[in-house]
Amino acid sequence: MIHVENLVKTFGEVKAVDGISFHVPAGEIFAFLGPNGAGKTTTIQMLTTLLRPSSGTMKLDGLDPVAQPLQARSRFGIVFQDPSLDVELTAYENMDLHGALYHVPKKTRIERIETLLTLFELWDRRRSFVKTFSGGMRRRLEIARGLLHTPKILFLDEPTLGLDPQSRNQLWTHVKHLNETEGVTVFLTTHYMDEAERTAHRIGIIDHGHIVAQGTAQGLKEQTGADSLEGAFLALTGSTIRDERADAADQMRQMAKMWRR
Amino acid sequence: MTVVYHLWLREVKRYLRSRPQIIGSIAQPLLYLLVLGFGLGPVFAQSGQGSYLQFIAPGVVGMAILFTSVFSGIGLLWDRQFGFLKETLVAPVPRLQIMLGRTLGGATIASIQGALILLVCIVAGFRPYSFAAVPLALVFMLLVGLVFAGLGTAIGSTLKDMQGFQLIMNFLVMPIFFLSGALFPLNNLPTALTFATRADPLSYGVDGLRGALIGVTQFGIATNLSVLAVVAAGFVVLGAWAFSRIQI
Repeated sequence: MIHVENLVKTFGEVKAVDGISFHVPAGEIFAFLGPNGAGKTTTIQMLTTLLRPSSGTMKLDGLDPVAQPLQARSRFGIVFQDPSLDVELTAYENMDLHGALYHVPKKTRIERIETLLTLFELWDRRRSFVKTFSGGMRRRLEIARGLLHTPKILFLDEPTLGLDPQSRNQLWTHVKHLNETEGVTVFLTTHYMDEAERTAHRIGIIDHGHIVAQGTAQGLKEQTGADSLEGAFLALTGSTIRDERADAADQMRQMAKMWRR
Repeated sequence: MTVVYHLWLREVKRYLRSRPQIIGSIAQPLLYLLVLGFGLGPVFAQSGQGSYLQFIAPGVVGMAILFTSVFSGIGLLWDRQFGFLKETLVAPVPRLQIMLGRTLGGATIASIQGALILLVCIVAGFRPYSFAAVPLALVFMLLVGLVFAGLGTAIGSTLKDMQGFQLIMNFLVMPIFFLSGALFPLNNLPTALTFATRADPLSYGVDGLRGALIGVTQFGIATNLSVLAVVAAGFVVLGAWAFSRIQI
């Protein structure tokens, strides 16, 4: 379902993604793990048509995100790592707009919005502006929105960042359910090793733009001789702390914060 | 089409909900209208040109539309910052439709803003020669809004952060305003200034508004309408192209 061959993305002199190749078959849940700045989000941005790769090929359900962006976009749904809600709209309006963007028929849209907002305990606040929401509520809304249409491929970029254990549990249960009943292929990134181990069929570990290992959680543990996935992860990626590239959007976010105070 | 409608609706909703922004954007044109309108009025009258308030009111309306529509296009930068832009860019919708929804929304709110300023002008003492001409004025407002919302979208798609904003303000938006004849008549000008004012699309908008509202026009209604329509189409195409090239 997802084919990636020798994918490279350079920003100036920095090679954010340096010749990675992997393959996720249909119906699989694939976890993409790596330290901060390893290239996870850049990879997802290329797969989801937000960035053009420097070189290499990608296929989503047989479609090339570079040459056929529109068709490729109709195959996937995504929950972004950083916020992507319109805070000046209400929770319901955000959901409704998403449904319209993804051509979910009106009747289905109304039903699913209610189901999902109820599932993530936001139904009572559906008429509140998102700007009044706490970080956790916004996160839940993003996830509910990402699940509104049923795509063939679901990208989840650190979806559980800032979520309480209850919501995390809801999310993974729901994702597994979608995977089992509707055969949705899932590509996820996370920093929580237990989530990856419990949810994913296979795991790929990326570091400094390279894929350093791929396999099942069990396989990775055997390969490194570690007794936990976290141990295997640290054995493969070392224990130094990484810096992330601050992009223009981050800088603006900081500026906006300054203006507000 | 539903996508265009939904994104248009989003722009309009956001505008109607931001009362401080509406009031704030009335303040500046009002300052021009009252201070210049009454301040330069006697000089203008002495030179035999009639009432300056009558003359400047359509210019001030044009100014309000210019600012509102350019800002709505540059509002793309805020959507980029708050992340909402990504949400629309990964949707299985041609970017042209997304861009059109946003730009039509920008043109709509700019026209509402222009109509609001026109109302304020009337309260301040401005008198259109005929209220039957107001619909024509609204057509001009919408066209001017479309021209500059398209331009704003093109700019907003190219800029990566707010640092270029001041540059655009001082080197593009302000000259467009000052060269448009909003504040002075466009006849008997030095040659260079004549060329500059003829190259400014807002000149045709302001002249059209003047033609509609006070019955005085330099270029003629038909010329104004056709120039604006062509430029609007050009800028919307430019904006659509720039928008389709956006990478996050």
